Amino acid sequence: MTTTAQPLTRPRGESAPPGGRRSLRRTTEARWGLLMIAPLGLGLAVFYLWPMLQTFYFGFTAWGPFGDSTWTGLDNYLRLLADEKVWAALRNSLAYTGLVLLGVPLALVFAVLLDQRKLRGRGLFRTLYFLPVVTMPSAVALLWQYLYNGDFGLVNQALATVGVAGPSWASDPGTAMFALAAVGVWMGFGYNLVILMAGLQTVPRQLYEAAAIDGAGTVRQFVSVTVPMISPTVFFVSVITIINGLQMFDLVYLMMPPGSPALPATQTVVHLFYQKSFVQNDPGYGAAIAVLLFAVIGLLTVLQFRLQRRWVHRG
Amino acid sequence: MAGRLSCLIAGALVTALAGCGGSGSSDSAGPVEITYGIWDVDQQPALEQVAAAFTKANPGIKIKIQTTGWDDYWAKLKAAATGGVAPDVFWMNGSNIKLYASNGMLLPLTDKRDLSVYPKALVDLYTYEGTTYGLPKDFDTIGLWYNKKLFDAAGVKYPDASWTWADVQSAAKKLTKADGSVYGIAAALNNQAGFYNTIAQAGGYVLSPDGTKSGYDQPATIEGIRFWTDLVKNGVSPTQQQMTDTEPTVMFESGKVAMYYGGSWYAGRFNKNPSTKDTVDVAPLPAGKTKAVVTHGVANVVSAKSAHQEAATKFVDFLGGKEAADIVGKAGSVIPAYSGTQQAWIDAAPQFKLKIFIDQLDVSFPWPGSKNTPAWMDEEMPVLAKAWTGEVTPEQAAATLAATMNSALGAER
Repeated sequence: MTTTAQPLTRPRGESAPPGGRRSLRRTTEARWGLLMIAPLGLGLAVFYLWPMLQTFYFGFTAWGPFGDSTWTGLDNYLRLLADEKVWAALRNSLAYTGLVLLGVPLALVFAVLLDQRKLRGRGLFRTLYFLPVVTMPSAVALLWQYLYNGDFGLVNQALATVGVAGPSWASDPGTAMFALAAVGVWMGFGYNLVILMAGLQTVPRQLYEAAAIDGAGTVRQFVSVTVPMISPTVFFVSVITIINGLQMFDLVYLMMPPGSPALPATQTVVHLFYQKSFVQNDPGYGAAIAVLLFAVIGLLTVLQFRLQRRWVHRG
Repeated sequence: MAGRLSCLIAGALVTALAGCGGSGSSDSAGPVEITYGIWDVDQQPALEQVAAAFTKANPGIKIKIQTTGWDDYWAKLKAAATGGVAPDVFWMNGSNIKLYASNGMLLPLTDKRDLSVYPKALVDLYTYEGTTYGLPKDFDTIGLWYNKKLFDAAGVKYPDASWTWADVQSAAKKLTKADGSVYGIAAALNNQAGFYNTIAQAGGYVLSPDGTKSGYDQPATIEGIRFWTDLVKNGVSPTQQQMTDTEPTVMFESGKVAMYYGGSWYAGRFNKNPSTKDTVDVAPLPAGKTKAVVTHGVANVVSAKSAHQEAATKFVDFLGGKEAADIVGKAGSVIPAYSGTQQAWIDAAPQFKLKIFIDQLDVSFPWPGSKNTPAWMDEEMPVLAKAWTGEVTPEQAAATLAATMNSALGAER
């Protein structure tokens, strides 16, 4: 389950190999090509494909504590269907993903602002926005835990100056998911911003000039030129954001201790998977949960590729 | 974002593989090397001394200490044990002993030994189906830590051995300030330092004595939980949300709560912290229907797959002896289990009444454990948190927990 997506533009005009001498050269070339990608391919096969296949297999087994597994057929999946915790975790994961997806339009607006040539210190802003991406998640989680602290947190201290008594943001079941998603948006913001800015730079300037001549203002230019022209980039960013969102683990693990009243409201599928597999010594059931998540991510991604035909502009 | 998890797993695998080189050749003629797996780097220097003393007495046997941090220790050990390459001697705890013993991973220590030198609760903890599998190394018990300054300011008498639950409740009420700046007690949601003790004090139990059924549906067990939830409900403790945001230990250290049920392991920390060094002290746990305190401790065990079982057993006996206990006690980080060697630990922080931790062994009971303890113990916190916040009653939480626990125990067989 890596975060790979299909390339958005495929080289066109690649025709079938013609016969004769060229085909021989092509075969040699192909051999060399295979040899070149072998290290990566082997790595993928050993560390991704093989474990994936094994996960599918182990989903149908029960594990003894010291590695011996026995075939139990559909037991894990039947248990999964009846397990309220699994569905709660899936709802939490979807809610989290939906919330972090709201960060995409926000990143788009900021990307356009940072793309303005008139803006001074663009490089500084870009660096600042990108910093959270390269910061260790554990440091990020710790920092935000302090900010969200109900008694001493900076957020509530700021609210107190305007006479509002804030809740314990990260440990109140009513606010915790929003608190978590805010950190998620903050962490992923810089990455989305960089990709979207790269997309903006591919939009031909003439289009804006033409639009300006037609009398379009800044907002109209944004809606009618920018948005359709970089919709393929927005699509890419959305796909990655959804996949990353559904794989959410570290922030929950770090910010929601086992006794947190907010844990049931924020426990994600991957956190539940971790708990079952590695804490409660039930890797067979954990594998079944992982397969469920795989199916959900696969389904949503296919759905997005179907739906994109309606809104993604292809020049 | 899933990166951390995969790193965790990869890390465990890599260390497990790296550990494979450890114990190999079974050459009885030449010098033998025994590997010793531990998780606490703070205790390593003292144990190096113990190892040196052992090698001096047994010149043919060398000891190699392998320290793995707590976070990876069990994952790595399980992988190594599965592959038959666990260290010859390693640390065991109460949650895992039955898992390892019942799967034949540990060498039974069947020779005649004087086990009366160790606390009985600990000997019982490391006995599975009548056979001893580990010799106790150290132990801990729980005490009622209190802030003398806050007690003086509120004019409340310090806790002592005569205290009962009612004394805790009334003192907590008097110590709590209306403006929320001081709470009488931190009703921390914690099994070892909290509700396991009060459950036993109320006459209940977590795990039935035969280890097959949950005790959470027993009325007495529920009383032991209600002791804590009432303290929160009556406003004499911070709420569960406050205690999630800020650790109760930190609240106690900063003088925001006056009483705190905490383990003997806090002696070192409170002794080092200038804000607690001279302002806090400790008393025995107050009695409910009876006096009771949970005790837990680490034991040294021998791997059943060890290539040098004889030498490894010799080393475990040495670790379990008085000489080793004296060295460990002097280092001061844990209380040695061997009877009569604890004075050095007590003397390390003479201003605290640390002797109560050792005296309470008389009313101690062992840490509950089954073959797959984490399967049900891991469910305690999230379920009970709902009773702590008042979302459900203690009865409802206990009923949920009993059902979960019984099905987990059923899956063990």
